[in-house]
Amino acid sequence: MTATTTSARSELSELGRSETALRTFLHGLPGVDQVGAEQRAAQLGTRSIKTTAKAQAIDLAIRMVDLTTLEGADTPGKVRALAAKAVRPDPADPSCPHVGAVCVYPAMVPYVAEVLRGTGVHLASVATAFPSGQAPLEIKLADTRAAVAAGADEIDMVINRGAFLAGRYKEVYDEIVATKEASGDAHLKVILETGELATYDNVRRASWLAMLAGGDFIKTSTGKVPVAATLPVSLVMLEAVRDFRAATGRQVGVKPAGGIKTTKDAIKYLVMVNETVGADWLDPDWFRFGASSLLNDLLMQRTKLTTGTYSGPDYFTLD
Amino acid sequence: MFEYAPAPESRSVVDLKPSYGLFIDGAFVDPADGGSFKSINPASEEVLAEVAEAGAQDVERAVRAARKAYEKVWGPMPGRDRAKYLFRIARLIQERSRELAVLESLDNGKPIKESRDVDLPLVAAHFFYYAGWADKLEHAGFGVDPKPVGVAAQVIPWNFPLLMLAWKIAPALAAGNTVVLKPAETTPLTALLFAEICQQAELPAGVVNIITGAGDTGRALVEHPGVDKVAFTGSTEVGRAIARSVAGTRKKLTLELGGKAANIVFDDAPIDQAVEGIVNGIFFNQGHVCCAGSRLLVQENVADRVLESLKRRMAQLRVGDPLDKNTDIGAINSAAQLERIRELSDAGSAEGAERWSPPCELPDRGFWFAPTIFTGVTQAHRIAREEIFGPVLSVLTFRTPAEAVEKANNTPYGLSAGIWTDKGSRILWMADRLRAGVVWANTFNKFDPTSPFGGYKESGYGREGGRHGLEGYLNV
Repeated sequence: MTATTTSARSELSELGRSETALRTFLHGLPGVDQVGAEQRAAQLGTRSIKTTAKAQAIDLAIRMVDLTTLEGADTPGKVRALAAKAVRPDPADPSCPHVGAVCVYPAMVPYVAEVLRGTGVHLASVATAFPSGQAPLEIKLADTRAAVAAGADEIDMVINRGAFLAGRYKEVYDEIVATKEASGDAHLKVILETGELATYDNVRRASWLAMLAGGDFIKTSTGKVPVAATLPVSLVMLEAVRDFRAATGRQVGVKPAGGIKTTKDAIKYLVMVNETVGADWLDPDWFRFGASSLLNDLLMQRTKLTTGTYSGPDYFTLD
Repeated sequence: MFEYAPAPESRSVVDLKPSYGLFIDGAFVDPADGGSFKSINPASEEVLAEVAEAGAQDVERAVRAARKAYEKVWGPMPGRDRAKYLFRIARLIQERSRELAVLESLDNGKPIKESRDVDLPLVAAHFFYYAGWADKLEHAGFGVDPKPVGVAAQVIPWNFPLLMLAWKIAPALAAGNTVVLKPAETTPLTALLFAEICQQAELPAGVVNIITGAGDTGRALVEHPGVDKVAFTGSTEVGRAIARSVAGTRKKLTLELGGKAANIVFDDAPIDQAVEGIVNGIFFNQGHVCCAGSRLLVQENVADRVLESLKRRMAQLRVGDPLDKNTDIGAINSAAQLERIRELSDAGSAEGAERWSPPCELPDRGFWFAPTIFTGVTQAHRIAREEIFGPVLSVLTFRTPAEAVEKANNTPYGLSAGIWTDKGSRILWMADRLRAGVVWANTFNKFDPTSPFGGYKESGYGREGGRHGLEGYLNV
């Protein structure tokens, strides 16, 4: 890291001390032109990824999946089955890589932990009164600590959108800092819930806020509101992590979540990562997909590439 | 690393003949004196087809065929019936768009993603748009019963061969004129395929005539006394010569000539999108665009930041095979154009501007030029004043809005300009003061058939596109 980024980093770390400084900084970020951002995302979506590039992209995408179930109906049996699938997505093909992580509610963490121990698959738990985040801070932090204690090594928190939209940036910042502390060694993913932030300017500001407060990852969505991950939203977030690393030297990961269902969708995201932030982020440590049905489509396309024929959906496990 | 495997569009959709005649009076005919020339693929220098060279006698035949069709068929035909033919042509263009796009990329060198996603959709849209006007001319604002002009001589450039054909032919036919069109000598093939589409649409013979050839053919056409209207898109130098030759005749004239557009970036601009706009402004179609944003005027207090982002973005541009679906920048259209780009770029270096290109491997065969920017450019440099018509951007800085306007207008051209700012009031203030026919705000190189396009000063006169585009083809 250069002397400039070191001093920039220490200047930026001061911002969280004052509401005014935070506001001045966040509102001083360059704006996002909606039409231009959407056009750029659409252009990247027209890249044609074939043959060897497609095979490479599919395996990478599988390794990046945060295989997720976040339902009221989740049971120990259900999440154990999902965890088994995470470890061996394609029982017929040992060369198929395992996914990045399994993502569940805190109460389900112990059952998943049993299955994942020693496999290299991470265990992510949502926390902080997911998905709304509308609970007292103490409860959100207790939620986080419980998840970590039960064995989660990644925490997916939600930001306080109410506070953000009301302009109380310091409150949002302080909550992230507190959750980071409560997470201990676990990696902290900060869910911005971009569908509720509505504008790309807000997405950029929330991204910076989450990074300034110490988030290890920024994540688009809970999957519980109508608008989840989109390509333009992810583009704006990728630009933010790129600019943040240039300013501070610290690399932050990105996780689009919700609505990514097909291999075609996943490849569009990988192209966007490749051409916006580059190869440094093309790794499960720095880019993840929050998804559930995506995995089977990736497996189906993977089998098609190796065998030349499509197998019916019954050849892939439903968990 | 994530390397994209080659993703070539198939050439097999195009059925090229070894040689093409002239399209006169509804049929392909041999030229009177049997002359011909070759059209090559600029990405490989392979010969694509042999094309007839029209001489004075052929021009005479074509103009006579157009006159006859104008007087007997097309002129008297009700607008609603002309519209049917235009709608039919538009639909055929859509149906055959893949074939046309591949041929356009082969003959011109532009990337297939542009011919497929920009050129062809716009070509069809122009025909659809003007088809709609054919039976509504009395509502166009040019009087109660506006009449066509007659026979139009149309000479088009090589940068957007099929799109420029559409800009010329669609309004002319909608208004009731017949045409003789000469495509550029380096890119005649899609116009000849369009002639086949006219046959397929059963367009009456002589309404559209396509004659191929170089400068001499074009001169014979525009100087022909049987022509009522001349429409030209191309260089300012040729435009001047045409204006001189048409002076003192009854011919109506529209000219769409060169440009040296300013793309102006203020310090409050959405930087990431502005960088996309700068890239699109100068590297779209290899910079072979008359309205290209070839002068970047960036506010000095954000210049370093914008240039850093721009260079990072330029390093992502993929230069190479025009038929690869992932190619961003294709081949320079001809050896002569490549020579001109090299000559002006060398002048830029010699005059002291700092030259930069991203590392990029260029193919051995064909005509190629890496995307290039010059920084430290002043108004006095040749690269800030002359149209390069290639992927070369000159970067200048300014301090205040007034200075931006002054520098932007300080050119003999006046075709287009771009403004990048988050402040709506500044966009309007600037647009009022910029002497350019088209002003884009927070975007660049956006085209639509409903929007008039054309220049100020030495960028020409007359408008193409929109309701305004009808005026040049109506006797008003």
